[in-house]
Amino acid sequence: MSQKIDTDMVKHVAHLVRLGISEDEAQKFSGQFSSIIDYFNMLNEVDTDNVPPASDITNNTNVLREDVAKPSMSREEFLKNAPQSERGYIKVPTVLGEE
Amino acid sequence: MQLHNLTIREAHELLTTKKISSVELTQATLQRAHEIDPKIKSYVTITDDVALKQAKQADERIAKGENVTPLTGIPFAAKDCISTRDIRTTCSSKILEDYVPQYNATVINKLADAGAVLMGKNNMDEFGMGSSCENSAFFNTHNPWDLDRVPGGSSGGSAAAMSASLCSFSLGEDTGGSVRMPAGFCNVTGIKPTYGRVSRYGLISLVSSFDCIGPMTRDVYDCATVLETIAGHDEHDSTTFNSPVPQYNQNLNKSVKGMTIGIPKEYFVSGMEAGVESSIQEAIRTYEKLGMKIQEVSLPNTQYALPVYYLLLFAEASSNLARFDGTRFGLSISENAKDVIDIYLQTRHEGFGDEVKRRIMLGAYALSAGYYDAYYLKAQKVRTLLRRDFETALASVDILLAPTCPTTAFKLGEKTNDPLEMYLSDIYVVATNPAGVPALALPCGFSKGLPVGMQLIGKHLDEQTLFQVGHAYQQETDWHKRLPPL
Repeated sequence: MSQKIDTDMVKHVAHLVRLGISEDEAQKFSGQFSSIIDYFNMLNEVDTDNVPPASDITNNTNVLREDVAKPSMSREEFLKNAPQSERGYIKVPTVLGEE
Repeated sequence: MQLHNLTIREAHELLTTKKISSVELTQATLQRAHEIDPKIKSYVTITDDVALKQAKQADERIAKGENVTPLTGIPFAAKDCISTRDIRTTCSSKILEDYVPQYNATVINKLADAGAVLMGKNNMDEFGMGSSCENSAFFNTHNPWDLDRVPGGSSGGSAAAMSASLCSFSLGEDTGGSVRMPAGFCNVTGIKPTYGRVSRYGLISLVSSFDCIGPMTRDVYDCATVLETIAGHDEHDSTTFNSPVPQYNQNLNKSVKGMTIGIPKEYFVSGMEAGVESSIQEAIRTYEKLGMKIQEVSLPNTQYALPVYYLLLFAEASSNLARFDGTRFGLSISENAKDVIDIYLQTRHEGFGDEVKRRIMLGAYALSAGYYDAYYLKAQKVRTLLRRDFETALASVDILLAPTCPTTAFKLGEKTNDPLEMYLSDIYVVATNPAGVPALALPCGFSKGLPVGMQLIGKHLDEQTLFQVGHAYQQETDWHKRLPPL
């Protein structure tokens, strides 16, 4: 399973996390990623047949509460941090595009 | 009397007997911070106005004798990933450099209700990603014991501020050692509570299934006091336990005689600095003198803790940090953006530092089609084994004892070029977070003039035993009372 992470793979994962990346950065990260992933491959040694995965340790299942309407932050307050807003909404450029 | 050096307990005594006021204590500590912090750089923001206003209110409470708690009038600082209403909360990231939350984290509300005084916000590795505080987007924090060295991370600012007496206590956050490792480097006491003991509401998430807010203090007594105030169920965080919060200071003076300490043999292998090992052995001897039994135990999957921890961190962080997208809050770079994707790409490219970029990309890799089973799912399975290791070991002993780091504080710049080398400095502290168990870090000596830390690891929700055993040690030793030469 030991595989090199080439610059194309770096650019692919950068896009998955919506991170702009330059050619130089892709080069740099490619080398670093390969050594880190190599280190992770040591987990292959561990026998995990019949071992369930753990996503957390609280053993909680769904925690429910009554659905009661309560006052929340005002729209004006909420929008204080929005880079751009208009008529009480957050404003962004086109969302529906080619991709 | 130097007010800034008082423990919480000492300050409380002087406040309630009206020998000092909170305004005096707060002013003295603020003055100290303004004088010393330019050398240490533990604060991202110092909130003089808020602090003095809250100190006045605390003095009124004390004057009326109404609702006075052990923290009323006590100045504290919080790691800058803990949301504070109307006070900038940056995570030491450019992407949140100007972000001012509209609400308080639950822990901040609880401390405000108790009458504690907020002095400011501490520097950290960006989003908690680092072990030296060098990943702050703003500046490095310096270790008060040697300004050429790191304070540890990621709660390096909180540890350094406490160490240098620039607050009476601080709040750190521990995802994989981020309270305990810097506590060890800076000679302070700190706890990573059981996962779910302290609300994460308003904590800017790194790894939602690991993150634990924990106090950093001068001694175990103070640590117990602060944890008791901030712990408990929160309707805003469904992972918090419903079980009542014990009075953590109640059993502090109970004898530890006859109790058993487990020494995990896997933690005492090659790679530990000689001065660290001898300090730990000396601490074990101190406990023997107190009548405790020492027993070797095994945590057989220890060598896998680091890959499990980092894989799950990368995966959860890549998902958690998706919220920083330049559209709702925080940095936004929208020039020439032809669509919303361009805003994401540009904002995140400019806003995140290299370590954050590395980790969220590796997280996407570990979660992506073709690699999910081999990395993410595999790590979750080994996480189950790590948890069982602690359950098995702690079934036969009361607590475990281990170092917080194989070395003392390293030099600034020493490990910044090799991310993997930096990750290895977390080797003793990461396993507790996937397992969820609590761990208390406390000073246990010096190696070549630099502090050495040890940690006591306990059973789920058994912080009380950690405090009891930690306090017993601090009655026999004075390492925790030693202050850096500033």
